[in-house]
Amino acid sequence: MGWRLALRPYLLIVPALLLTCGILYPFGLGLYYTLFDFSASKPQPDMVRFENYETVFTQEAFWNSAWVTVLYAVGAAAVETVLGVAVALLLHRSSQVGRVLEKILILPLMIAPVIAAIIWKLMLQPSVGVINYLLRPFGLGGVQWTDTPTGALLSSIAVDVWVYTPFVAILALAGLRSLPTSPFEAAAVDGAGWWYTFRRLTLPMLWPYVLVAVIFRFMDSLKVFDIIYALTEGGPGDSTVVLQIRAYLEAIRFQRYSFGISYTIVLWAVVYLAAMVLVKHLGKIQRKAAEVK
Amino acid sequence: MDMHVHDRRRFLALTAAAAATPLLAACGAGFGGDDDKSDGSAADDVTGSFDWKREKGTTVKALLNKHPYTDALIADLKSFTEKTGIKVEYDVFPEDNYFDKLTVDLSSGRASYDVFMLGAYMVWQYGPPGWLEDLGPWMRNSSATGAEWDQADFFPNLLQADQWSLKAGAPLGQGGQYALPWGWETNVVAYNTDVFKKLGLKPAETFDELREIAGAIKQKAPGGGFDGMYGIAVRGSRSWATIHPGFMTMYARNGLKDFTVKGGKLTPAMNSPEAVAFTEDWAGMVKQGGPPSWTSYTWYQCSSDLGAKKAGMLFDADTAAYFQAVEGASPASGKIAFHPGPKGPDGSLATNMWIWSLGMNAKSKKKSASWLFLQWATGKEHLRKSAITHNHIDPVRKSIANDSAYKDKMRHLPGFIETFETVVDQTKIQFTPQAQFFDATTSWAAALQEIYGGGGAKSVLDGLAGDLADKVG
Repeated sequence: MGWRLALRPYLLIVPALLLTCGILYPFGLGLYYTLFDFSASKPQPDMVRFENYETVFTQEAFWNSAWVTVLYAVGAAAVETVLGVAVALLLHRSSQVGRVLEKILILPLMIAPVIAAIIWKLMLQPSVGVINYLLRPFGLGGVQWTDTPTGALLSSIAVDVWVYTPFVAILALAGLRSLPTSPFEAAAVDGAGWWYTFRRLTLPMLWPYVLVAVIFRFMDSLKVFDIIYALTEGGPGDSTVVLQIRAYLEAIRFQRYSFGISYTIVLWAVVYLAAMVLVKHLGKIQRKAAEVK
Repeated sequence: MDMHVHDRRRFLALTAAAAATPLLAACGAGFGGDDDKSDGSAADDVTGSFDWKREKGTTVKALLNKHPYTDALIADLKSFTEKTGIKVEYDVFPEDNYFDKLTVDLSSGRASYDVFMLGAYMVWQYGPPGWLEDLGPWMRNSSATGAEWDQADFFPNLLQADQWSLKAGAPLGQGGQYALPWGWETNVVAYNTDVFKKLGLKPAETFDELREIAGAIKQKAPGGGFDGMYGIAVRGSRSWATIHPGFMTMYARNGLKDFTVKGGKLTPAMNSPEAVAFTEDWAGMVKQGGPPSWTSYTWYQCSSDLGAKKAGMLFDADTAAYFQAVEGASPASGKIAFHPGPKGPDGSLATNMWIWSLGMNAKSKKKSASWLFLQWATGKEHLRKSAITHNHIDPVRKSIANDSAYKDKMRHLPGFIETFETVVDQTKIQFTPQAQFFDATTSWAAALQEIYGGGGAKSVLDGLAGDLADKVG
């Protein structure tokens, strides 16, 4: 074997190795920093081992942020899934109109989430915003959308839904278009109604596609920062301070670097575990869908 | 074949070890500490007679915040280059991102920017880690500083605002001079003269009156031809910036403190019975006469609402009203007047200030040139030109505040000069200096929002004080 051939496997692995190191190096360094009390006021810190994590888990603020994060992620992912699938079903049925709507539907995805949040912030403004202007004829023109904890959380979820529902719809639509036609033809011959066909055929076969969308949206929503920060800055009170915002405040604004990174490591662990569970579930769903087909 | 597999494994192991080396090195190297720190100041290296051309050919890099004061500076930069032969390169960032950019840049330990804008509160955050050059030695060195710079011409409270000993709780005006006053803002009440005339109102002299007037405007103004007008614009976003203008001014006028200091130990005082009562009243005023969607209100919304005739009053920086009041700037221009605002129960007009200062990066490699820039930017010639021909108002220098051309320019704004002269000596930083300022005030703003939303003032503020006690104690 020539030396070139012998060297080839090693050369081929180099890009992957560099990429892996590029990912692992900052991650490892971040993890290492969490073991110290590194902050602007203590640039030469002492090793405190797991004290930062202990403090994180014993803080009421952390549990509040964790709860808000979960509420946000579950709420946003659930609404986006239902709406996205519904939109995909509608687009799949109509032809000409569907094609036009498809192109319009994709528009929110082309806007940076932070810009979307700023647009919505203006639209939700109680006195000059267009939403209250449109609601005024129905006697609902005075709603202060982001002034209450519930309102702020729901408004943030609504912006997320506006931005990302098209993503779910596009994935679901791709799924719908790839489904085999024969089971549907057989169901039609047997006189099955729309709801029965949807429940017994469409949905089980579509689930793997939908679940991929759910995994992406759920993990992304757990890591949300831009939409909430631009819309509410985490307020009112601490009502929309999700884990990412807490980490940003601690690490950048308050310059408690180690403590801020500890928050992000905890968030990483939560997202990783959630992704593992969901991906495992995806395998099962795929096997079931194959059985239906 | 087996040998081949073994070789590959060994290769992977070696490569992984090589990749881990920088990680371990980074771990060992620590956290980018101040390894070239020295007790002496670079100012001591400047000797001989003072010369503006001393650093001719040098380029200084500046980080600036988007602001009318900055516009005035940039418009006059050519004069600086002509005077010194020093070129200034600059980046301008909007205020939303400016301090994040500056913080990250300074904490990196690099000298990407030699000079930058900052507030006095930032001295408390950037000073202790050693990111700011102590400008005291530069000011004291007659070889580095020209006689015409005239330190005595600055309003003393402004110069003191940027002086600190870097010890939590220690008063300002002692220790190093970590920045220079360049432009500032005092917090007063600006009001729409039309609505006041129509409703027969007079500017409030007490806080109770202010609350009543705010409520009265919200109730009566829309029916009196001021569609959609509310009473008083004050900031409400979940940010430190919500606390420092109107709120802290009125808080201080009531004789209230953010922290008490005993033996160098700070104890949160925002939950004292008097502070709880005041905070409740403030939130009540906002509910009664404040803007809709108050919890998202920044200075920008407050200012533009006054200009758009949406707000009857503004309790914020005088500049925030000034930029709406100048001719042609807004629908309300020509109809905005200034007043010092309500007095405290004992007649106090203690006022909190925001001060745009200029600082030098302690890591800068061009300190001498940077100092020449700071000297020029805070000097009489440039500041006078900026105040008279641009919008660099609220002069940091007494000579400019008393300059007839400046007064002529400001005279058309009803009450501006009188208000400025009434509060200028009583305007100072009303907060207790300490490194956790941003955490404390952001949490304080969140607490204010909670109280506005119906939370019990005492329990919310007790919770805030409890949280802060561990952090600042």
